[in-house]
Amino acid sequence: MIPRPKPERFRLRRTMMFMNAQKPGLIKDAYIYGCDSIMLDLEDAVAENQKDAARFSLYHALKTIDYGDTEVIVRINGLDTPHWQEDIRVCVAGGADGIRIAKCESAQDVKTVEAATEAAEREFGVEVGRTLLMAALESPKGILNAYEICSASDRMFGVAISGGDFRKCMQTKPQPDGIDMLVARGQMLIAARAAGVQCFDTVFTNLDDMAGYEAEVRQNKAMGFDGKSLINPKQIRLVHEIFAPTEKEILQAEKIVRAYREQSAAGVGVFTVDGKMIDIAFIPGAERTLKLARACGLWEGDLV
Amino acid sequence: MIISKPAIAGTVESSDALVSVEPGDGKIELTLTSSVMNQYGRQIRETVLETLERLDVKSVKINVVDKGALDCTLKARVECAVFRSCDASEKDIPWGGVIK
Repeated sequence: MIPRPKPERFRLRRTMMFMNAQKPGLIKDAYIYGCDSIMLDLEDAVAENQKDAARFSLYHALKTIDYGDTEVIVRINGLDTPHWQEDIRVCVAGGADGIRIAKCESAQDVKTVEAATEAAEREFGVEVGRTLLMAALESPKGILNAYEICSASDRMFGVAISGGDFRKCMQTKPQPDGIDMLVARGQMLIAARAAGVQCFDTVFTNLDDMAGYEAEVRQNKAMGFDGKSLINPKQIRLVHEIFAPTEKEILQAEKIVRAYREQSAAGVGVFTVDGKMIDIAFIPGAERTLKLARACGLWEGDLV
Repeated sequence: MIISKPAIAGTVESSDALVSVEPGDGKIELTLTSSVMNQYGRQIRETVLETLERLDVKSVKINVVDKGALDCTLKARVECAVFRSCDASEKDIPWGGVIK
């Protein structure tokens, strides 16, 4: 039995890799790849007549395998299926860090899962509130309701868009410049930031198109995503590289935070650093850069 | 649990095991083939028998085709096959009870 520490609602989640919970060969050593989170899948990767087997396999994997610092999230089946309630029971009993709600369309969907999660926590003697939630938005309705979904529960740590289903609904397909999902990604990001939760982009499914993949990851970072869902270990490193702050950004952030502390102690609200105007509005961004740099192993200060 | 009808669980993929159960004659009859029989045959047998004992299965013909499954996978496959044979694999599984 491997007891997992209490999950952190806000932690580094640059990479979240999908794994079929029904395949022992995959889940037994998923932690070696170094992604921030693994997503054990009970939903689409598992055939309809193997849902039961996947749960037994998942339960023992959660109880037996030491995933270390890798966060363990489970994607459960949709609320329109006969499977989701038992999925939640096994996630909670096994001690998964979080549950990903598939095809989430409303705050009510989140509340339904939250109620079942709490009931399972009571049933299995797990601390109430331990199990985190995130939602996958896969439809136009989910995107339109993004804010109410993001703010529906204190357990919610983030939202992700699911490109395959969403593009199908919108009658489009992946475009090199991302225009097909630009508005949806933007709307979801705004909702997530307004609600104070994290935001993750969809998977990139063409493993042979590494240039297209890199372009998408760069756009993700530019748009302000916290991380990305992945389908293959070979996609991990690039996200970690692109999402890491540059040396210049780290130095700049350090300078801004230091200068701000000195200046505000002296009663000054607005000042310049290297010729750029700085006021309190820049501080959260600079602090975030330093925290990310520390998490990436690039910075060892104690300013934040 | 009473094995009332044949059921199977698992696959013959690497790191997995295919487990089939059918009603027995009042005892446990285990047939095992494994790709790692020489190194782990005894341990696999023990895991399967322990799992059956935990599930209180006393009469069964059980066939295990092991492809190098970890203990946790073997347990999962045996449990799933037994629960399927009782039509009880889909919901209200006693996680942390007899499943542990």
